[in-house]
Amino acid sequence: MDERLLYEELAWLPAPPADFAARCGKLIYHDNPTREVRDLAGHALDESRLNRLASAILQLVSAKRDLSLTPFRLGVIGSGTLDLLVPALVASAARHGLALECVKGHYEQFLQEAVSATSYINVAKCDAVLIALDYRSLPLEAKSGGVEEGGEGIAAAFQLVETIRAGIRNHSGAVAIMQNFPSPPESLLGSFDRLLPGSTRASIQELNHLIAESVRGTSDVLLDTASIAETVGNAAWYSPSQWNMAKLPFSNAFIPLYADHVARLLAALRGKSRRCLILDLDNTLWGGVIGDDGLEGIKLAQGDAVGEAYLTVQRLALGLRDRGVILAVSSKNDDEVARTPFRKHPEMLLREEHFAVFQANWNDKASNIKAIANELSLGLESMVFLDDNPVERNLVRRELPQVAVPELPDDPALFARTLAAAGYFEAITFSAEDAQRAGLYADNARRVALQKQAIDLDSYLESLEMEITFQPFDQVGHARITQLINKSNQFNLTTRRYTEAEVIAVEQKAEYFTLQVRLKDRFGDNGMVSVVICRPSKLDSISEPVWYIDTWLMSCRVLGRRVEDMVLREILMHARAAGVGYLLGRYCPTERNAMVRDHYPNLGFTFLQTGENGDSDWLYSVQSGMPKSSMVVRRHGFDSLAVPLEMEFQ
Amino acid sequence: MLDDEIYSALTEVFREVFCDDDLVLRPDLSARDVPGWDSLRHVRLVLAIERRFKHRYPASKVAALHDVGELAALVKSYT
Repeated sequence: MDERLLYEELAWLPAPPADFAARCGKLIYHDNPTREVRDLAGHALDESRLNRLASAILQLVSAKRDLSLTPFRLGVIGSGTLDLLVPALVASAARHGLALECVKGHYEQFLQEAVSATSYINVAKCDAVLIALDYRSLPLEAKSGGVEEGGEGIAAAFQLVETIRAGIRNHSGAVAIMQNFPSPPESLLGSFDRLLPGSTRASIQELNHLIAESVRGTSDVLLDTASIAETVGNAAWYSPSQWNMAKLPFSNAFIPLYADHVARLLAALRGKSRRCLILDLDNTLWGGVIGDDGLEGIKLAQGDAVGEAYLTVQRLALGLRDRGVILAVSSKNDDEVARTPFRKHPEMLLREEHFAVFQANWNDKASNIKAIANELSLGLESMVFLDDNPVERNLVRRELPQVAVPELPDDPALFARTLAAAGYFEAITFSAEDAQRAGLYADNARRVALQKQAIDLDSYLESLEMEITFQPFDQVGHARITQLINKSNQFNLTTRRYTEAEVIAVEQKAEYFTLQVRLKDRFGDNGMVSVVICRPSKLDSISEPVWYIDTWLMSCRVLGRRVEDMVLREILMHARAAGVGYLLGRYCPTERNAMVRDHYPNLGFTFLQTGENGDSDWLYSVQSGMPKSSMVVRRHGFDSLAVPLEMEFQ
Repeated sequence: MLDDEIYSALTEVFREVFCDDDLVLRPDLSARDVPGWDSLRHVRLVLAIERRFKHRYPASKVAALHDVGELAALVKSYT
């Protein structure tokens, strides 16, 4: 993702579906229009799409369809053409759980409409009125120099702004949402403009300061348009062509961003800001996988380009916590292993006591997030879930649509910025209690019991469109195979380490059976995710040839995707073709691999014997059942693919 | 860019802006022929076309347009 476009394109939201327009068209017939509206609104919509969705929402409203969104009536007055804004506001408000009705003032009538008790806006019973003035409507004459002239201009402008705000407040009873002013990029004397009283730049700066001071501590609300524009660049914000063509106060490219900011404020006024940030750990709070890379292997250091990116995420999380956001963890990990960096890594900014709930286990994340919400007595709509893994993000979005799940770019350097850009924690006040809130919940990083898994994993897995590729070891794979063999600790049945030379030797032995396994899904290519080595063996009690599974390991990133089943299936096909009667699997327990303790019994192997060091041996007859295939299978590089075709379709 | 390509891209934009998936463009089509083609819709249309083609048209040229044929010619002159 291009970081310049993060804001303009609302890149924290997932891209709209291909059938977006069609779904808008069918919205009126939908049996759960609320869910459908929120789902559609939850994407990164450009102005046309916002418009389209707003029309569909209006259709629902006119048809008196029941929408369980919080009603909100917003007056909009201000400078220039505000018509384009209204539909964008309606659709963006739906994203934040509001059924927005907009009452738009008449073109350039903002002053009259604010000060007259009986104006269209003031009698409309608005919950809030957005005062969207543009600097070109202010009596700020760019007079040359002179403190006094400058001061007069500012005073006159401030008085206008205050008159409008007071008019709205006194006559309509609505909350005034006062927008401040971005500076236009055109300067007269360059940097000196900032120092020159009466210059547009100096005047606007002063005026913005006065507005902030005036709104502070009142029940009115500031919309910091100056910061929004500054973030995307004032030159891009102010489009002279669009101002001339249609009196658009700012470039239409930023209508989605502006509308989302307004909607965040409205949601905050209704108490809908989010309150809890749930963090994944591996590759979200640090680089690497703690269970495989260990304390020394994870990337999390000052001065390390990758490590610093993750520290930035931690710093942001801590900053949010200081402002009352509750932190929790949801990670696929062993609990003890996951807590190690928090206890022992010197560079960690986050510590266990910063978290209210700490869920590290191997269950699906949707069930874990539900458990966290229950434990904290917060609704799911208070939750934000940050995870680098698109498959996890999508699962949570699908199962728990109320939870906000930001899209993240590949580069962890942009994680913190993306999370911040989404504005989930918009506030309209901040009190001492807010500052302490996270502490009231936290301190103990407790683990909470899960309820029954409530999600339909099968249908989710199906939606991933997975494609698994099996190959024997080959030249291209050596390096990655060796790497996996030497760094996988968790999903690793025997934890045998081999050098690359040994891997090559294994490959060259014809009697050995080897697998390198790759997995793709609709989110991309996961690369090599599993490695298997089988070698011929004998068992006294059995006359048929036996394959002993010397090595079976898998990347935890694809845990819970039925890859193990597919791998067993593949081994079985080749074993049958090779005339092998039994598979012999061994589990050698280590400190790290408790998660695969029941790997063989779970796959249907039967217990054979216990060996030294707590090793256990497990047996599987190749004639017993074969796991169901749950994805598309590709094979390359097997010399004699003696697997009969019909087996594919069992 | 070929005329066909311009027309097909313009059709998509028109359909989006007018929320009408059956809209068919002809060179002689003008604001009089399409319900809802008011000045605001016209602004939306121009902005959407600018966005689609990554062009910026000066107000003078936009103001001089009379029908879809002239619009397509304007787009073409900028591609």
